[in-house]
Amino acid sequence: MKTLSKIYIWVIFALLYAPIIILVLFSFNRAGSLNHFSTFSLYWYKELFRDPTALNALKNSLYLAVGSSLLATVIGTFAALGINKMRNKFFKNALTSVTNIPMMNPDIVTGVSMMLLFVAAASMPFLPIKFGAVTMLIAHTTFNLPYVILSVLPRFKQMDKHLTEAALDLGCTPAQTFFRVELPSILPGVISGLMLGFTLSLDDFVISHFVSSPDFQTLPLYVYNQTAHEVKFSMYALCALMVFVILGLLLAVNFAGSKGKNKKAKVLPMGGIQ
Amino acid sequence: MKKLISLVIVSAIVLSLCLCLTSCGDDSSSGGSTTLYVYNWGEYISDGSEDSLDVNAAFEEYCKEELGLNVKVNYSTYASNEDLYAKLSSGAVSYDVVIPSDYMVARLAAEGLIREVNPEENIPNFEYIDDDFKGLYYDPQNKFSVPYTYGTVGVIYNTDLVDEDEENLGSWALMWDEDYAGNILQFNNPRDAFGTAQFYLGQSVNTEDPEEWRQAIDLLKDQKAVVQGYVMDEIFNKMKGGSAAIASYYAGDYFTMYADNDLLSFYYPQEGTNVFVDAMCIPTSAQNYELALEYINFMLSEEVAIENAEYICYASPNSLVYENEDYIEYMTEEVHPDAMEILYGYKDLGIPMEYYFDLPDETRNLMNELWEELKIESTIGVAIYVICGVIIFALIALLVSRIVIKKRRQYYFDKYSK
Amino acid sequence: MKKRSFIERFAAVPHSVWALLFIVAPLIFVVYFAFTDTYGNFTFDNITMLSSYTHIFVLSVCFALIATVICLLIGYPLAFFISQLKPKTQKLLVVLLMLPMWISLLIRTYSLLALLDNGGLFNSLLEKLGFERVKIVGTSGAVILGMVYDFLPYMVLPIYTSVSKLDARYLEAAHDLGCNNIKTLFKVVLPLSVPGVISGITMVFVPSISTFYISQKLGGGSFDLIGDTIERQFQNVSTYNMGAAISLVMMILILISVAVMNKFSDGDEGSVIV
Repeated sequence: MKTLSKIYIWVIFALLYAPIIILVLFSFNRAGSLNHFSTFSLYWYKELFRDPTALNALKNSLYLAVGSSLLATVIGTFAALGINKMRNKFFKNALTSVTNIPMMNPDIVTGVSMMLLFVAAASMPFLPIKFGAVTMLIAHTTFNLPYVILSVLPRFKQMDKHLTEAALDLGCTPAQTFFRVELPSILPGVISGLMLGFTLSLDDFVISHFVSSPDFQTLPLYVYNQTAHEVKFSMYALCALMVFVILGLLLAVNFAGSKGKNKKAKVLPMGGIQ
Repeated sequence: MKKLISLVIVSAIVLSLCLCLTSCGDDSSSGGSTTLYVYNWGEYISDGSEDSLDVNAAFEEYCKEELGLNVKVNYSTYASNEDLYAKLSSGAVSYDVVIPSDYMVARLAAEGLIREVNPEENIPNFEYIDDDFKGLYYDPQNKFSVPYTYGTVGVIYNTDLVDEDEENLGSWALMWDEDYAGNILQFNNPRDAFGTAQFYLGQSVNTEDPEEWRQAIDLLKDQKAVVQGYVMDEIFNKMKGGSAAIASYYAGDYFTMYADNDLLSFYYPQEGTNVFVDAMCIPTSAQNYELALEYINFMLSEEVAIENAEYICYASPNSLVYENEDYIEYMTEEVHPDAMEILYGYKDLGIPMEYYFDLPDETRNLMNELWEELKIESTIGVAIYVICGVIIFALIALLVSRIVIKKRRQYYFDKYSK
Repeated sequence: MKKRSFIERFAAVPHSVWALLFIVAPLIFVVYFAFTDTYGNFTFDNITMLSSYTHIFVLSVCFALIATVICLLIGYPLAFFISQLKPKTQKLLVVLLMLPMWISLLIRTYSLLALLDNGGLFNSLLEKLGFERVKIVGTSGAVILGMVYDFLPYMVLPIYTSVSKLDARYLEAAHDLGCNNIKTLFKVVLPLSVPGVISGITMVFVPSISTFYISQKLGGGSFDLIGDTIERQFQNVSTYNMGAAISLVMMILILISVAVMNKFSDGDEGSVIV
């Protein structure tokens, strides 16, 4: 039974990784063909770094991920604070369920609905909105918000109320209380929300596909465009690089600190969503 | 652990901020630069890969040296005329130069989505354009467009996978041949796909008779059983890698595929085929009209036009190109021995050639509806439905049994706890 | 009761405004477009026209259901087996399982396509070994395979989380009371992991039913799913109204099924441990 289960695990993992490994392997193929491997070379990586569209896409992706996750974290943290203290039950419930809509809805519906909003806005004379950086920032912030709130809100709920009261009694202004007492105790939630937003934004394709214009490409959109045209092997190089970076990050986050006391497997926030 | 996570995220953010800032620095140091937005077909410009000329970079340089302007070209691509129309008509994008095909030029002009270019006054290099390509049906007064390339549609096949003595060779019938079921690629845009069926049927591609369009869709629906997929530029990888045997596509692109796979061959179907002109236009929403004119003129200048023609392998209406001997030599020696005949000599073959006209709204709506019908129709095995039925049945059974078990437990619980 | 400070009172305001503008308003536009024609006149035509898309809905539900069930059948044993391993190995495998989730869906799908295409690596290998080529891409099987391949980790992780959280004492108790391994699995482990299974099902079913990239690439454009149809309406033919109507119906369908699914798991909680 033990060996059988081990074989099962290895087979599934092998199948799961086979296509990705092949992709990575063939990114080093000078011949630029999937059918035969000529010589090992970094040619396609050089081509990739010569391609201004790819570099631009990388830049846009980073801009957007930083911008939208920061914006979502600021708005979301305050929202969590507000929701936690809200007394009107109806309003509280309404707000939390509305917040969760982008998480429940399929991405394509969120994307389409935002696209309709922007198209409608563009047709109004006083709102000269164009698809591009701004619409992308709005869309990404919107789908990051529920994740930020979801990771910050429990921290507010767990927070010791007496600490806040003590701070107020000892003469702190409400603002000071927030920044000196409340913020430090919710910080882990804020950071994991920020991080989750950052990665979700980097990874998003479907929503971006609808709200971006072709001249503002992010990495996933760049990959999509590549696969819709003649695929150059520099795209394989890009994919391989992305795999390496993600693998490195994941391993670093999960193993670098494992010498410490924590026994539980710490995983990136995705596992914690559900 | 927490510290580590925060360290990673903070460093990632700081790193990317630095990256952003440095790149911002680049932009601002160039001071008052303008961005020219160009929206073109995929694989439709010499882009600097494999030692070709990077036309957009060359234009930026040209602006800097000749005009003293800091210009950045933002270049992006689309896959079909319909995609371009969808973007332009949404109103929420703005481009300075677009390159639609003939019928789309007519439609965009009619709907006021492109503005007048008046090439005779504004584009000095317009004089090199062949007179045959001036005043064509889509722009009779030469007001809105400047021809970039022209081309034809034909059938590409893999000689390794298709018999040399196949009787359907030379006809559209090859695209419907059941011997090659699962190995045929059809266009993924309604106008070109309908075109293949209509030429095969011997109809006009510009017919306004709904009955004829329905005949064409029936033919396309028949074809669906033998088609591997509906593709646009994905065709390059599929044909080069031998994933498909037969496809109809643009003649110029055949040469690009041939460069990587010399087993590919090409013919014009005898029933007739489409000839098209792709022309540069300036959308009404353009922000840099003057610069766009400069760009269009630049695209017609000798060196650039030749580089483009050699890179994309489409026929050029520019006399600076097709009369240039180096170009002719390059096309014949490097690209394909018959390149010049296929690209420029198709008129002498006696094969009827037809332009796509901009269809009246009614016909176009009909075409789109029929295309929708074709796309959403799919024949899948009964097995799928059966499996699915079993799953749904099992789900319901599970649900019911859970409820029953729960009720029963409740019953016993109530009974014995009393 | 203590008075709320100024910050606490208004902290949720920016988020409320944001949610109103970019979550609620877009959905209102979806409804608006679904019930109007191109000229903005009220009409039911789009909804009645939906009958011609019944086929697409049935097809998408079929594909998504089959993919979800296959994921469950493969994923449950995998999650269970992983949870039986040494903690250190578990941790490594979980990271390896998460890596594909962070790699863009586009890359994973495209790598699968590159592997399975008619002229791809798999077929040329078959040919070299003297077998006939197998046509995989462009069949319904390929689309389902793509969904399973892309979304399997989303099934395994939540199940793993709930299985690994199981209190080992339950298992000991089951053994002490005379259950063998298999009986323990079905009577104790399975019922206790229902919440994980439910969230796994949701996380596979929702993206499967709304996907368009997988069916475009692996189905060769011959199997239009709901996602493809919506995408075409918005990106290709610009018939926003029809697209909005389809999106609306899909959204309602999914929200209902998610709600039903959650009921399914709620009802169990009291009754699992007997």
